Amino acid sequence: MASQTHSTTEGTHEVIEVPPGEHGAGFPPFDSSTFASQILWLAITFGLFYWIMKNVAVPRIAGILEDRKDRIAGDLAEANRLKQETDAAIAAYEQALAEARNKAHGIAHDTRAKLKAENEARREKAETELAEKLAAAETHIAGIKTEALSQIGDIAGETTTALVEVLMGKAPTKTDLTKALKSAMN
Amino acid sequence: MANDPIHQFQIQKLFPIEVGGMDFSFTNSSLFMVATVAAASAFLIFSTSGRGLVPTRMQSISEMAYEFVAGMLRSSAGTEGMRFFPMVFSLFMFVLVANLFGMFPYFFTVTSHIIVTFALSMLVILTVTIYGFMRHGMKFLGLFVPAGVPGALIPIVAPIEVISFLSRPVSLSVRLFANMLAGHITLKVFAGFIVSLSAMGAVGIFGAILPLGMTVALTALEFLVAFLQAYVFTVLTCMYLNDAIHPSH
Repeated sequence: MASQTHSTTEGTHEVIEVPPGEHGAGFPPFDSSTFASQILWLAITFGLFYWIMKNVAVPRIAGILEDRKDRIAGDLAEANRLKQETDAAIAAYEQALAEARNKAHGIAHDTRAKLKAENEARREKAETELAEKLAAAETHIAGIKTEALSQIGDIAGETTTALVEVLMGKAPTKTDLTKALKSAMN
Repeated sequence: MANDPIHQFQIQKLFPIEVGGMDFSFTNSSLFMVATVAAASAFLIFSTSGRGLVPTRMQSISEMAYEFVAGMLRSSAGTEGMRFFPMVFSLFMFVLVANLFGMFPYFFTVTSHIIVTFALSMLVILTVTIYGFMRHGMKFLGLFVPAGVPGALIPIVAPIEVISFLSRPVSLSVRLFANMLAGHITLKVFAGFIVSLSAMGAVGIFGAILPLGMTVALTALEFLVAFLQAYVFTVLTCMYLNDAIHPSH
């Protein structure tokens, strides 16, 4: 019965829809005769839409966003790792540089000390030699001087004998001469 | 009738289907539901088919929609709320695309029918209620007893909370429905003025400038409303879902 009345109203409905100004059913959103159809089709379409979203669209977009996040995080971690490596390399380089500088400093210092010591030794040696030579020379001079002094008496004696001989015509005796020389030279 | 502002909401049968005395015909409303679903799904699927690490323009629209809804849901219902994400995202996209489809001239607005918006809001409320009882059992009723209310006031406050809970599906559905309906009627009325005024000769054509400007402005407003109502519907859905997850407030 219900179906019969429904189909008849439906028929008339479609007919009266075409002429203007005659919406027999009143305000369309409150026309309960269309509710069943709308709910059914909403359930079908929204259900399908939900299924598509849940199984295709949402996982896919979530996957894309996740991949991007992972990629960015990975890249950042890689950059961080590289930076640390660089820092370590710089530190190692600086340490090596400092070591090399210290070493160079040490070598220079050692060389300087060695050269100084050598010079010192050489100078000392030269001084000692010089001192020795000086001493030898002094001894030699002293010897010569003593010799010369010793010969002065003889020369004086000879000179005196010659002088006396010329003045007096006769050479003095040896004893007189020695006595006279001794008194004159003292 | 061209000038009847109600005519655009008329349901027309395209393929009459009747089962057991119930009318399940494929109507213009059904057609636009199918179109909405097809357009939204096609856009979301094809725009993301490249799975680009660097998104194309279309892909970034899909990603923005995703992150917009995800941010909304996460901020109001927390991380636990993310289990409802496919539902909330479907609701948002469905309502948004249906609203925007309604902006095309001669297109039917699916969300301008109370039964559609009511069905969607019942889906939300039933999800909230069923999940709330499944998860918390009788403790879910604590939703109706706000924390910090003196014992003496509970008999007064609890019924108010119950009524507010029951009115949620109504307010949720009426808000969307009324906005779409009123907006489309207003647009149609003003657009109708242009036609009737310009039929009145030179003065009329000059006078028609006013409703024309109004129609342009209203069209812009309606685009805003189309988005805003989809947003409001989704935000409220998120807040109700939060009640289901954390019933004591």
